[in-house]
Amino acid sequence: MARKPLIIFLGLAILLLLPIYAAATNDLYLLSLSSRMLIYALAAVSLDLLIGYGGMISLGHAAFFGLGAYVGGILAFHYQEFSLFFGLLPGSNQALIVWPLAVLISALAAAVFGLISLRTSGAYFIMITLALAQMLFFLFTSFSTYGGEDGISLWQRNDFPYLDLDNRYHFYYLCLGLLVGFVGLCQRLVNSRLGMVIRASKQNERRLRALGINPLPYRLVWLTIAGAGAGLAGVLLMNHSHYVSPALLHWTQSGELMVMVILGGLGTLYGPILGAMSLLLLEEWLNQYTEHWQLVLGPLLLLVVLFARRGLYGLLAGRGARDG
Amino acid sequence: MAEPAALLHVEGLSKHFGAVTATDNLNLHIAPGELHALIGPNGAGKTTAVAQIAGELRPDSGQIVFAGHTITDWPIQRRVKLGLARSYQITSLFPQFTALDNVALAVQAHQGHSLRAWRNAHRDPRLREPARLWLEKLGLAGRDEIPAAELAHGEQRQLELAMALATNPRLLLLDEPMAGMGSEDSQRLISLLRSLKGDYTILLVEHDMDAVFALADRITVLVYGQAIACDTPQAIRANEQVRTAYLGEQDV
Ligand SMILES: Nc1ncnc2c1ncn2[C@@H]1O[C@H](COP(=O)(O)OP(=O)(O)OP(=O)(O)O)[C@@H](O)[C@H]1O
Ligand SMILES: [Mg+2]
Repeated sequence: MARKPLIIFLGLAILLLLPIYAAATNDLYLLSLSSRMLIYALAAVSLDLLIGYGGMISLGHAAFFGLGAYVGGILAFHYQEFSLFFGLLPGSNQALIVWPLAVLISALAAAVFGLISLRTSGAYFIMITLALAQMLFFLFTSFSTYGGEDGISLWQRNDFPYLDLDNRYHFYYLCLGLLVGFVGLCQRLVNSRLGMVIRASKQNERRLRALGINPLPYRLVWLTIAGAGAGLAGVLLMNHSHYVSPALLHWTQSGELMVMVILGGLGTLYGPILGAMSLLLLEEWLNQYTEHWQLVLGPLLLLVVLFARRGLYGLLAGRGARDG
Repeated sequence: MAEPAALLHVEGLSKHFGAVTATDNLNLHIAPGELHALIGPNGAGKTTAVAQIAGELRPDSGQIVFAGHTITDWPIQRRVKLGLARSYQITSLFPQFTALDNVALAVQAHQGHSLRAWRNAHRDPRLREPARLWLEKLGLAGRDEIPAAELAHGEQRQLELAMALATNPRLLLLDEPMAGMGSEDSQRLISLLRSLKGDYTILLVEHDMDAVFALADRITVLVYGQAIACDTPQAIRANEQVRTAYLGEQDV
């Protein structure tokens, strides 16, 4: 059990010191890549709330991720063009306006998805979440105002009080802070009364019902929270890459998030972070040698699923891997 | 036949699974504080009857009245709020939770506030203390932190009962609580049930005839979904029809 605090401490120390290393070696790309890892880590943690803790196997999580990015992208687009959204609302480049809005809209979308999908379970739930997300994907490919399939390119990152997000160091530390904050929030969530109901519903729904708890409303709240987390990650990614496109909502993106969760460790909070980082690093590294890097990923994932029940994090942390 | 004082009335309950009649025009009246045993051979429809009272199965016809409310069409959680609780013939726990977490969740189910998302439920004395008391009462003291999946079978059966009790029910539906228990554990459970008698109204499904005759105030005998007799233990023991249909095989 004592291995866990050590891993967390070391991990956090590395992440805190990374920019110093990047500055010393003048490796700005490393910093950019690491920011992307932190953002994907946030999205993966939010997905693990659903899959690992709630047993809600969603293949539509990218919808909330992409929606968060699009809220940011559309507002920035109108801000750049001095135009109005639906002829009504002006754009904005203020992070403190744009980001909460992105989170809110993703959360709302998650609630709507939940109302439609949560009455089903198992394979049906997977299919419905997938279908809903794909509908959103096609919706955004058809918005010609917003570039259709090509998406929106942005001139600059959002304005954030006291920070310059176009400064890679500032942006990196902000992403790190938000990830730490989100994981802290999740830590509380999974150990709360709500979290206990959610975890119980994954283990034995029938018994939970017999105790007098219908899991449906709690699942809806849980899904909404997870959607909010993904929305935040989305708007961060839009800032990171100065770019939004429907690809962010595509089911392959949902699949990639799911791979991160499984690779890192289902039902843990730190595992998905490790999973996101490993997958992006692996992708980066293998890309240098072959464009068919997924050929390597497949067998790797198979090994993890077969031999490490709680993924890479489970291998590191041992028996006490489950967080909360 | 109807006794207005009864806590539970089951009237003309029927349930078919295809050609099988699992419950056949069943009437059942349980008075407050009564321990009512439901016995019958394998496949007689005991579990099916319990599931209909608990709300997990919808009856084809008939009516269930509990504490003055007609609950036939109520969802499970509404029945639980009114004071129904059940335990399962086949152990049904939250296997990854510790023994204490299992019971604490049952306490939480009774208290409500399950939307609270900030405070740590593992450190909430309002959940932990009652849960600990129930574990103690069921002989599971010192097993608090063991995951339910790793408990011995007998302990799991006790945990199953602790969870049902922790929801503070008025009527306990116990489906073979002693199934698969060793004789020592069974003895302990019998004395526990005896101590609960009077404080709780209990419908006890049980194959262990020693337990049934030691505990029950009245016994209903079910054969092919039909109640062929309902009487005191002495009268049931003496009943010819029951002896041939059921007890004969068991040598009572
Ligand atoms: N879900 C179901 N679908 C079809 N048939 C069922 C179902 N549940 C029960 N049955 C049938 O209904 C009859 C009554 O079953 P039930 O489980 O209620 O009996 P029981 O008295 O509890 O038996 P036991 O003593 O073995 O627990 C049996 O013939 C059984 O096969
Ligand atoms: Mg049965």
